[in-house]
Amino acid sequence: MIKESNLSPAAAVIRQTVKAGGYWLEKVKAGQIFRIVDLEGNQAADTLFYSAVDPSERYSAENTIREQGNVYLSVGSKLLSQDGNLMLEITADTVGRHDTLGGACATESNTVRYALEKKTMHACRDSWLLAVTENDHLGLSKRDIAHNINFFMNVPVTPDGGLTFEDGLSAPGKYVEMTAAMDVIVLISNCPQLNNPCNAYNPTPIEVMVWDQAQSA
Amino acid sequence: MSHDVLYRDELPGGKHWSMVVKRGTLLRLTDKDGGANMGMLFYNPANLLERYNAPDSLKCQHTFKLTRGNCLYSDMGRIFCSIVEDSIGWHDTVCGNSTKAGVARKWGGVDYQTARNDWTQNGHDSFLVEGAKYGLGRRDLAANVNWFSKVAVAEDGSMSFDPTNSKAGAHVTLRFEMDTLVLLHTCPHPLNPAADYPRRPVIYELLKADPVSDDDFCKGFRPENGRGFENNRIYHLCSCGSEG
Repeated sequence: MIKESNLSPAAAVIRQTVKAGGYWLEKVKAGQIFRIVDLEGNQAADTLFYSAVDPSERYSAENTIREQGNVYLSVGSKLLSQDGNLMLEITADTVGRHDTLGGACATESNTVRYALEKKTMHACRDSWLLAVTENDHLGLSKRDIAHNINFFMNVPVTPDGGLTFEDGLSAPGKYVEMTAAMDVIVLISNCPQLNNPCNAYNPTPIEVMVWDQAQSA
Repeated sequence: MSHDVLYRDELPGGKHWSMVVKRGTLLRLTDKDGGANMGMLFYNPANLLERYNAPDSLKCQHTFKLTRGNCLYSDMGRIFCSIVEDSIGWHDTVCGNSTKAGVARKWGGVDYQTARNDWTQNGHDSFLVEGAKYGLGRRDLAANVNWFSKVAVAEDGSMSFDPTNSKAGAHVTLRFEMDTLVLLHTCPHPLNPAADYPRRPVIYELLKADPVSDDDFCKGFRPENGRGFENNRIYHLCSCGSEG
């Protein structure tokens, strides 16, 4: 479902560009609004969420899709934790569909998906591992690297149980926006994948923005 | 199959257990009465940080369901087990677990004080208990397999549980390609619409597997699986696996 936001980027309290192959790790407070912009189109923003109060509580793809009865994420999707608590809700989306089935690329899974000799190519899970290890004070580790959301990716399921990777529905400047229902830690890997035609083998930057609730009113 | 059964047991409905299954072993699961669900998670006992990864398993085989020919991958690009037989055709690995709150909401939970061992256990807590026996905690849980359960997806993404998926006597056989810690439970699938808390037993048997041949069905099922088997071969070159 397409729904535009009326928030002005000029009013954002955080506005940062994240290059492909990099990560973004920030706290977003309850009530704040968080946007990811696909600056050049067909990029994948591999995203994990943790409770800032208790980081052992985290986004659960299984609970989220099961409780909404639909495998795709868009406006109205309530992003749930493994404890069933509401973490964020998608409140604006100019793409229409985002994936949470396909997981994130890793050096090891690249060997299986593409070729054994791809094993040293950069991958999302390496970015996450660096992020959690560089930020040891958060208490996160590989144990917390769970199943993520791939914002801007299009991974349709067929009625007979197939999984396909289609060209993204995204395009330059499209965005997704969500409102935090609890204080969350956001961890994004801006996907560096060079072997997947879904980004035309060309990973590109994204932009993240955060608004305070008061400024959005 | 003519293999001798090394061990056979029946897990009643709504229970949990765990075990380490050695490389080269078959685990045959049979739905005794029909309509069973068996939740399952996999870990490498030599490095518990290596665990079953449902998204990796699905995307590398371009599938949403699990059935014969599919391999179940760890997050390290290796294969815990292959599905060598399947009389059902569709097993779920994206819907997660029943929870204490979900069971209470749907079926009105019954506690141990009231019902003793007929209490209404849930899949999430079952994994917490079994995992804790090996030092695993809630942070270590991942999307699990729900053997015998089918959840189909329509064009618009909506999901529907098929209560007729598994009949009495239906079975699925896993061949373990590396030593694996297996956590399992027989708590209901979280989308099971049954009016009463379903208790469906699952028979599980361990058998000795034949060596994996060059033309093995699972290995050749997808080119990706050939590379997964190669990753296992490399792993076993460097470690003291039970089968060398």
